[in-house]
Amino acid sequence: MTDHLLLFAAMGVVTYLPRWIPLYLLAGRHLPGIWVEWLELIPPAILSALIAPALLTAGSPRHFDFLTPEFLVALPTFAVAWKTRSLAVTVLTGMFLYWLAGLYLCQG
Amino acid sequence: MVTTATGDPSLQDPLPRILEDGVRAAWPICLGYLPIGLAFGVIAQKGGLSPFEIGLMSLLVFAGSSQFIALSMMGSGAGLPAIVMTTFLVNFRHFLMSSTLAVRLRGVPQKWLSLYAYGITDESFALNLTRFQEGPWDWKRAFVVNQTANVAWIGSTVLGGAGGTFLPAGAFGMDFALPAMFLCLLVFQLKGAFHGSAALFAGGSAVVLSLLFEGNGHIVAASLLGATAGLFLKKGFSRGRGKEERQ
Repeated sequence: MTDHLLLFAAMGVVTYLPRWIPLYLLAGRHLPGIWVEWLELIPPAILSALIAPALLTAGSPRHFDFLTPEFLVALPTFAVAWKTRSLAVTVLTGMFLYWLAGLYLCQG
Repeated sequence: MVTTATGDPSLQDPLPRILEDGVRAAWPICLGYLPIGLAFGVIAQKGGLSPFEIGLMSLLVFAGSSQFIALSMMGSGAGLPAIVMTTFLVNFRHFLMSSTLAVRLRGVPQKWLSLYAYGITDESFALNLTRFQEGPWDWKRAFVVNQTANVAWIGSTVLGGAGGTFLPAGAFGMDFALPAMFLCLLVFQLKGAFHGSAALFAGGSAVVLSLLFEGNGHIVAASLLGATAGLFLKKGFSRGRGKEERQ
């Protein structure tokens, strides 16, 4: 138990620091324009970097696979997001399509 | 985006109103955390952790993928330094998210910033940043989003650990709630050719890097590459100002 507590606490510290240091150092000051412009491009980059491998790779060790159910469902979900620009509609549609894909794959 | 019917939110609103707005905004995250948290709890319980320990881990770390990795490392007998180092590397991506959020959190009292930092996850970052951009949104509501997600994560992992496998696997397509949320928030970020190219570069290089290297360093590396490529393109175009639009 104490071993676990120590482990979790240490994990907590090393997780917290990268979350905290930029806020601590940057939130109080005005950044040069070029940095602000660069940071503006981080969100699309990071979201894409999070999603793309999750949709387009599979297995361990990972291999490229553009026929994962996730990717096949992601295509119409992306289109729905583009068209509706609604988070609620996109999330619910995505879930529904993924559920359908699961049914189909189970039977097929 | 979903907007509240009662008009624009403001920092001066009464607390219940702020709480309500934040909790409402957080629903896709909670929905997505439920199946993952339950699954984590079940695996952790099988790995010998009590529900109390599971809750403690979720509270102290609050970073799903690193918690899964830590579990499997504990199972294979890895020592504390190895697990802690891996956790650091896996969660280092939050450094970029925190840097991006800093611009939006100017003027927030230091004490609150330190509390806010605890709640920065992939999900709360993506959701809150979009809210900040589309406005009106403020740090108090963003903070409520963070903490609502936190409660959902701790609650669902403990529930899973206490044997609460009441959700059949794949129920309601809930496993796709978070990918769908990220896809939608990505669409909101595609605000022009340069944002689009940053996303394309990042996505492409993330896939390639993830195939070349184990672990998840590809997320940080590809994000830096993508944003930098986008900025270079932008600077190049604003100098040349020849053609436009390509997405």
